[in-house]
Amino acid sequence: MRVGLFVTCLVDLMRPSIGLAALKLLEDAGYEVTVPAAQTCCGQPGWNSGDRKGARALAERVISQFEECRYVVVPSGSCAGMIRAHFPEVFASEPAMLAKARRLAARTYELTEFLTKIAKRASVSATFDGTVTYHDSCSGLREIGVKAQPRQLLAKVAGLKLVEMEECETCCGFGGTFSIKYGDISSAMAEKKCANIEASGARAVVLGDLGCMLNIEGRLRRRGDAKTRVLHVAEVLAGTTEG
Amino acid sequence: MHFKARSGEALADATLQANLRKFQSTGFTALRANAVAEFGPELFEKLRGEGAAIRDRSLDSMDAWLERFEAEAVRRGATVLFAETRAEACELLVEICRRHGVRKAIKSKSMLSEEAGVNEALAANGVTPIETDLGEYILQLAGEPPSHIIAPALHKSKEDVADLFEAHHHAPRKDDIPRMTREAREMLREHFLSADLGISGGNFLIAETGSGVIVTNEGNGRMVTTLPRVHVCITGIEKVLPTLEDFSTLLRLLTRSATGQAISNYVSLFTGPRGRQDRDGPEHMVFILVDAGRTNLVGGDMQEMLRCIRCGACMNHCPVYRAVGGHSYGWVYPGPMGSVLTPSYVGLENALDLPHAATLCGACSVACPVKIPLPELLRKLREKQVDRGLRPWREVAALRLWAWTAQRPRLYALATAIAVRFLRFLGGRDGMIGMLPFGGEWTRGRFFPAPKSGRTFRSLYAARNRGQTPVSLLSHNQPALRKRNQR
Repeated sequence: MRVGLFVTCLVDLMRPSIGLAALKLLEDAGYEVTVPAAQTCCGQPGWNSGDRKGARALAERVISQFEECRYVVVPSGSCAGMIRAHFPEVFASEPAMLAKARRLAARTYELTEFLTKIAKRASVSATFDGTVTYHDSCSGLREIGVKAQPRQLLAKVAGLKLVEMEECETCCGFGGTFSIKYGDISSAMAEKKCANIEASGARAVVLGDLGCMLNIEGRLRRRGDAKTRVLHVAEVLAGTTEG
Repeated sequence: MHFKARSGEALADATLQANLRKFQSTGFTALRANAVAEFGPELFEKLRGEGAAIRDRSLDSMDAWLERFEAEAVRRGATVLFAETRAEACELLVEICRRHGVRKAIKSKSMLSEEAGVNEALAANGVTPIETDLGEYILQLAGEPPSHIIAPALHKSKEDVADLFEAHHHAPRKDDIPRMTREAREMLREHFLSADLGISGGNFLIAETGSGVIVTNEGNGRMVTTLPRVHVCITGIEKVLPTLEDFSTLLRLLTRSATGQAISNYVSLFTGPRGRQDRDGPEHMVFILVDAGRTNLVGGDMQEMLRCIRCGACMNHCPVYRAVGGHSYGWVYPGPMGSVLTPSYVGLENALDLPHAATLCGACSVACPVKIPLPELLRKLREKQVDRGLRPWREVAALRLWAWTAQRPRLYALATAIAVRFLRFLGGRDGMIGMLPFGGEWTRGRFFPAPKSGRTFRSLYAARNRGQTPVSLLSHNQPALRKRNQR
């Protein structure tokens, strides 16, 4: 069955290995994966900043690029949230496009959601040696309900022990352009997140969104923590974290 | 001064930060969570839906319910006055003081009186206003505005209050809370007995009975509304509810969302002045119902904001509010609800930074007892700013440039390939960028992690499809790849 992988712009630019890990997970689950070559950005930066026109143009492209796919899988809660929760709002006053947006929204899944709900993975072949904690990204958690799925999958990774940190559902302070408009507040929020990660005793924080990843990793290293690893759930599940 | 400058000061204020940490660790969010667990999370969800529906029903026919309220209140002997603006509300209040020869007014908590600047208007007309809510009383002594809508003095520590009381009460310094509270009660008792006017806010207005309601914990509200010979309830027109039954639903939501209480210590309904059979109550009862920008929201895309029942849950759960406190928001209402209300009431152009002072994390709307989609409203305000040309041109140009480029995949691939290499170069040996071009705000408090591979996903994927590199070798940690990146 054809599954389209929406890589997302941040994975494409900043951490291509996460895209490859997602690809591997989907192929291992037996899917034929297509990665439309012309894909770029879902339009979320513009949408959240009030540029409806720009967001609309990009949303329209995503809809047409994935029209042929039975499912669309996204290794990011916030980009999946953009497609699922906000594309229908983008096209609220255009009935024909709205119908297409809704059809796409109904077929779009965040990666761990897809692996648990559609692919129904009973086992995960990856191993991981050590304790990790999971940071819930805001959009994934509150826009599309990603909470139990990554934890279910991580529980199947041999050798991995999950400990919950305090306030795992509290925003890390990224917030898209917020992180460069209000850098000091954003850093102060990231600092609280890092303190909670440290207090959990985990040797890695696992998460499902690139924005949080860059924010938390940047703050951890700045506060002098060179050892706590920041890992995307796709890499942990695909077993591509060693090195 | 804008949100950014004020929040910068708040972040640098060690005392405030300590008080905010204390608020967070001992505060309302845990109490609310307990109350919701006790009530039953599913039932509470249902209740939220009912609360939102009641508020929508009230707002959809607000004019009719206000007319009904006026008729019922007048029938029971109260006077109902409508003020279109904040200034008009003050004029009406000053006129009431003049008519009744008022020299001293006691107040229980009223956010609308903060909005309208009632205390300043009274003082300018020879009337002494005395705040009797303990938090507001502390702030009146300190000469500061509230920093939270239900815990107005949460930015003050016990020691701050002890200092204030020592300076103003002319009594030996106390440092335990029960004795400080007792001292404040003793000071306030005199004012309760000597005031000519009591001014209260109104949590709700009940149309079917013409009653006002206040929901309080200290008991001062009941004295303010019953002891002086004149009682004025000043509140916003949007507070009207059709029935007492509606009120009982919202009361369940309000106290649990605000302080985690099943019900507040006092719930006071006031219906008209003292009757012939009544042993207490004011001789005159006046409602001043204020618009001050509210009708502008009715029927528009911001109407959902008028559902607000002023519980404070959105700010309690807001990580930005918890980092910078309420004064950073600059006007009467802080936190997410304030970031929507302030631009709506004082003008979009006068609060440019507030709609952006949020990460859109959604914690507020999940906690909101009447399901106001606060992140969505903030986003709409951002859109209005762009549409009205109120954003800095560089920001708009950057967004447009991104959208323009992202619609041209070849150009995008080229531009991102260059950007990735440049960022990787900036990252140096440890892969951390200490000073990001055009992103200095980011790197002031953090590093910016550089791309781990010098190539984009799209180029790696294209290489794989050309059969150049098996995908299993494409992990960024593979030595082969690393060698290529260094070339």
